[in-house]
Amino acid sequence: MTQLFPRDRAWHPQALDPNYKTSVTRSPRQPLLSLEGTTSELSGPTFGHGDIDPLDNDLLRNFATTGDPVGERILLHGRVLDENARPVPNTLVEIWQANAGGRYRHKKDTYLAAIDPNFGGCGRTLTDDLGYYQFRTVKPGAYPWRNWVSSWRPAHIHVSVFGTSFAQRLITQLYFEGDPLIAKCPIINTIPNPRAIDQLVAALDINASVPFDCLAYKFDIVLRGQRSTYFENRPEGN
Amino acid sequence: MVQKLDYLKETPSQTAGPYVHIGLAPGDAGFDIYRHELGRDIAGPDASGTKITVRGMVRDGTGAPVKDVLIETWQADANGVYPDQGSVDPGFRGWGRVIPDFDTGEWAFDTIKPGAAKDQTGAVMAPHINLWLVARGINLGLNTRLYFHDEMAANASDPVLNLIEQPVRRQTLIAEQVEGGYRFDIQLQGPSETVFFDV
Repeated sequence: MTQLFPRDRAWHPQALDPNYKTSVTRSPRQPLLSLEGTTSELSGPTFGHGDIDPLDNDLLRNFATTGDPVGERILLHGRVLDENARPVPNTLVEIWQANAGGRYRHKKDTYLAAIDPNFGGCGRTLTDDLGYYQFRTVKPGAYPWRNWVSSWRPAHIHVSVFGTSFAQRLITQLYFEGDPLIAKCPIINTIPNPRAIDQLVAALDINASVPFDCLAYKFDIVLRGQRSTYFENRPEGN
Repeated sequence: MVQKLDYLKETPSQTAGPYVHIGLAPGDAGFDIYRHELGRDIAGPDASGTKITVRGMVRDGTGAPVKDVLIETWQADANGVYPDQGSVDPGFRGWGRVIPDFDTGEWAFDTIKPGAAKDQTGAVMAPHINLWLVARGINLGLNTRLYFHDEMAANASDPVLNLIEQPVRRQTLIAEQVEGGYRFDIQLQGPSETVFFDV
């Protein structure tokens, strides 16, 4: 089995960041136990086209009943790659987001912005042979949350990706180019390196926009790379 | 100067937030949208092996239940084979999503007890279920393992449990036997903090 590149935890958000208050009671205090990947971590679930439907990646249509959702129509597209820049084909990408007013369709969300009757707020797709994925949706709105008395999340879309092994599993959030709330967000600022934050900002992609229909944003996702198997050391004791 | 190593960097993680259910389990968020939600049937109806129910709760550093957690499970079949590594029973996915009751934080899932899988060196690992936790306040998903109390001999020689320096901490990964299955409580902090892995 092919081992993965070690995860660069300095590039990821820190588990404990007092400015993101919820992290204080929910971050482990003991060091994580470093584990070379075993079969359990290097294997992973697989998905096929029987698991999903063609409309699942069209958030403009997958919940609409009386018309299109309100908001700025966007095409979100990109590739899933690994750290060797190899495409990750046939992997499941799932997204979820607030509507254009910043309201989530969730029984626990009580923000005063209106629910959009034509917008569910989730989508899923499989990457193609070259690792490409795309969704149609509306640009989500910013919304307030209780961290400081009223902190504001920048517009964002949550993204979940699988890869080929359970140890590549990743959930993240994408932000939008030019949003002034990005620099102020305590959740984003759990990431220490500004270049790592840049990696979460989707670029406006005019070339991919659809004339008189929607703007496009491009967001590439990188999963952990697989180590080459050439000249692999034999395991200890063999 | 040296030549550039042109590796890409892994996309940084961000918390799944409190509304993770919208994307990964919309029925629990309160609406039906997909023909079928993924991860709701780990073993399938025809899997061989012992059917079990695992119950538990995730608690934060104050002891309060983490009601908005989402747990993914990944396991081998009763013969110790992972679905992408060999032939498993028809319909066996090995992977599931577990969501607590939003009022109590209690969760449960049905599966079959996994067999003993071999690790990458060929050493036998005790039967276990791999768990991955995401939630509001968890900035990068947490990996842990659930082992079984009635596998004491296998647990004692398990290569991963034996990596844990303090024997008392190994106990945090052992699910206790209860009526109808097992119970596995997860502590994010505190004297019995669960062992989490950097995998």
